[in-house]
Amino acid sequence: MTVVAGQSPTIVVNGTRELPWTQGMTVRDVLRLCNFTYSLIIVTVNGRIVPKEEFDTFPVPPEAEVRVIHLIAGG
Amino acid sequence: MSHHIEEMKAAHRLLAEFTYERYPVQRGYTNRTLYINLSDSTIASKPVSEEMKEKFTGGKGFGLWLLWHGIRDTTKWNDPENEIIISAGPIGGITTYPGTGKSLVVSLSPLTDSVMDCNVGGYFGPYLKFAGWDALEIQGKAEKDVIIFIDGDTGRITIEEAPLEPVDTHLLTDILVQMYGGDDHHARRAISTVTAGSGAEHTRFGCLNFSWYDLRRRAARVKQAGRGGIGTVFRDKRIKALVVKFSDLKADSNGPADLARLQRVGTKMHKEIHDYDDQQCGMRRHGTAYLVGIMNDYDLLPVHNFRYGSHPDGHKIDVRVWDARFTQGVPDGCWYGCTLSCSHAVDGFTLRTGPYKGQKVIVDGPEYENAAGLGANCGIFDPDYILEANFYCDTYALDTISIGTSIAFAMECYEMGIIDKRATGGLDLRFGNAEAAIEVIHQMGRGEGFGTIIGQGVRRMKKIFVEQYGADPKILQDIGMEAKGLEFSQYMPKESLAQQAGYGMASKGPQHDEAWLIFMDMVNNQIPTMEDKAEALHYFPIWRTWFGLCGLCKLPWNDIVPPDNALTDEPTKIPEHVRNYVEIFSAVTGRQVTSEDLLLMSERVYNFQRVFNLRMGFGTREHDKIPYRAQGPVTVEEYESRAERYDKQLKALGYDVEKMSTPEKVAALRAYREKQYEELMDAVYARRGWTRNGVPKVETLQRLGIDYPDVVEIVRRAGG
Repeated sequence: MTVVAGQSPTIVVNGTRELPWTQGMTVRDVLRLCNFTYSLIIVTVNGRIVPKEEFDTFPVPPEAEVRVIHLIAGG
Repeated sequence: MSHHIEEMKAAHRLLAEFTYERYPVQRGYTNRTLYINLSDSTIASKPVSEEMKEKFTGGKGFGLWLLWHGIRDTTKWNDPENEIIISAGPIGGITTYPGTGKSLVVSLSPLTDSVMDCNVGGYFGPYLKFAGWDALEIQGKAEKDVIIFIDGDTGRITIEEAPLEPVDTHLLTDILVQMYGGDDHHARRAISTVTAGSGAEHTRFGCLNFSWYDLRRRAARVKQAGRGGIGTVFRDKRIKALVVKFSDLKADSNGPADLARLQRVGTKMHKEIHDYDDQQCGMRRHGTAYLVGIMNDYDLLPVHNFRYGSHPDGHKIDVRVWDARFTQGVPDGCWYGCTLSCSHAVDGFTLRTGPYKGQKVIVDGPEYENAAGLGANCGIFDPDYILEANFYCDTYALDTISIGTSIAFAMECYEMGIIDKRATGGLDLRFGNAEAAIEVIHQMGRGEGFGTIIGQGVRRMKKIFVEQYGADPKILQDIGMEAKGLEFSQYMPKESLAQQAGYGMASKGPQHDEAWLIFMDMVNNQIPTMEDKAEALHYFPIWRTWFGLCGLCKLPWNDIVPPDNALTDEPTKIPEHVRNYVEIFSAVTGRQVTSEDLLLMSERVYNFQRVFNLRMGFGTREHDKIPYRAQGPVTVEEYESRAERYDKQLKALGYDVEKMSTPEKVAALRAYREKQYEELMDAVYARRGWTRNGVPKVETLQRLGIDYPDVVEIVRRAGG
């Protein structure tokens, strides 16, 4: 992904939700910003599956496409 | 047994007796059903044909088939020929895999006037089968209160007049396990009961309580067949209780074709739960109550009669509160071998109100629906109230979902000035008034006051408020959260078109057991097109129907997932668990099936139920419509609470929202969303092989092998 000079970089979550990118952003930061508190989720960053144990450290680059797939439960 | 209970037993009068030879279960079936007619005290055995097993599988399928043949097109819920049918299904009762003890209950509903089905835990369904019966079919009405006792140990069935026992569940169940199980606690585990309660006599949403004996607590506990008022039918038939006894439970009681194969799958699943449940949903610790906080976080928790999806006080009834209240460290399964064990309870809860004030009781729950419906939806964020209301709903036999949605509707009508204290008998029925809400529940138990009006359910309340208080029917239609006559369960569908249709098109009414698509649709954006949504609304209701055919709980399918599930092609379907079910069905029945075969079993019954609705005068497009509150903001306040989301949607449609007033925006959004819902109905009907009016086509029935002449005739008359 190319960051255009003069524009603040962003990321897109689940194809519809645009969030400002910040230096050092991790998967955990994205989940926090989206208030995604549900536990049965699958996260991909630019198509790569991120293991749950790496949520705190896995870096999210600028202009990343993040997918957070919530599995169905309870209902 | 106490002297008191001996007196009650001595007062029983034998009305009918039937003895039979108990054959072992073969490959999940006993191949006969038990028919009881309370009007003339008939007790008879009926054979199960191969056709019945092939086409309807068991459980709900057997219930629908037996009811179809037991009633007329004109039968009403309180006619003697209406039936209550209970069946476990062929897998029901195995002990080697979690979630395998469900009973399925079918009847005509006092709320919808059409066919209703419920699934419920407890020991009754499996014990019924092991006692010799694939289903229990009860027809007719008794003159006085009766208990039906099925003794699977001796092969004897009795209908006994039972005048002295109380009807409320917590008392009656305790008495019955002592009366029929004796003083030995292990012997009491051989007893399971079905009871209702005083609230079921005075409302249309009475539930049934199915018991199991909790050896560690040394007390009977109950699970509910909640939806649609089958408890009301039960009491209308003057049934005080059903009791089954079966003492000889073994690993092979269900007669599986290949026990070792069954055990292999079970062992793998138990290990998965042991290893991953704590990191995933935590069912063993919290049960479904963990969802309260989650739904609040995702704006999906119904608040104030589904106006809003979250509340700042949501944390007061979230999982941390219930964790502290639940008795931890005991295996809380409602059937043997269920390691997911979600049936949590609060022990030693002291009641503060009502006829049992001061008693220390066990509260079974709360589950998510109870906390959301009795609590958040009524604006009450008081855990003590939720526990008190939960207990009384259970013992009075009131469906916590219908009662929550009905009280919330009455509260909104009160706040809007549609009804006032003259209507409520002086109750200040504001949102958040726990004192008024618990009084309404007690009124349902006593059969008096405004509680009996709320107990008619939302659809009938709307009519009463129009006729007696001059209410505007349009606003009541918009905010009255019912469809087909059944109250919505406790998930906010407003921002998920797929879930709106999941509720609206559900066979029995808006219950989430057919489709729960909010995350896939609203959060994940996985099904963006109409075709995507239609495919999901075909697959998931069909797949979920299968659990009800076999006597299974849905939770072990998707409330726990294998660690590598994310790597599969379709993680939302949990492919490994689907394969487990293929293995289990094959191992029990000896029929070597595929996952497609499981779907075919379900699709047959699903379409048959749709035709059943048609037969009873429903089942077309007009009956799949839902109130606008389920689709979008009815009021200016609702719009403004999510203005950013709604403005964005209108802008994308080309509206200049800066120049519009909020009422104009409400109207524009409504026109768009209602059109979307209609388009989705078209897409779903097409995917399901139905006409534009929602009628299964004859070729669909032929493909499924259920083109029986009477079924085809009903469909042809409806244009299918």
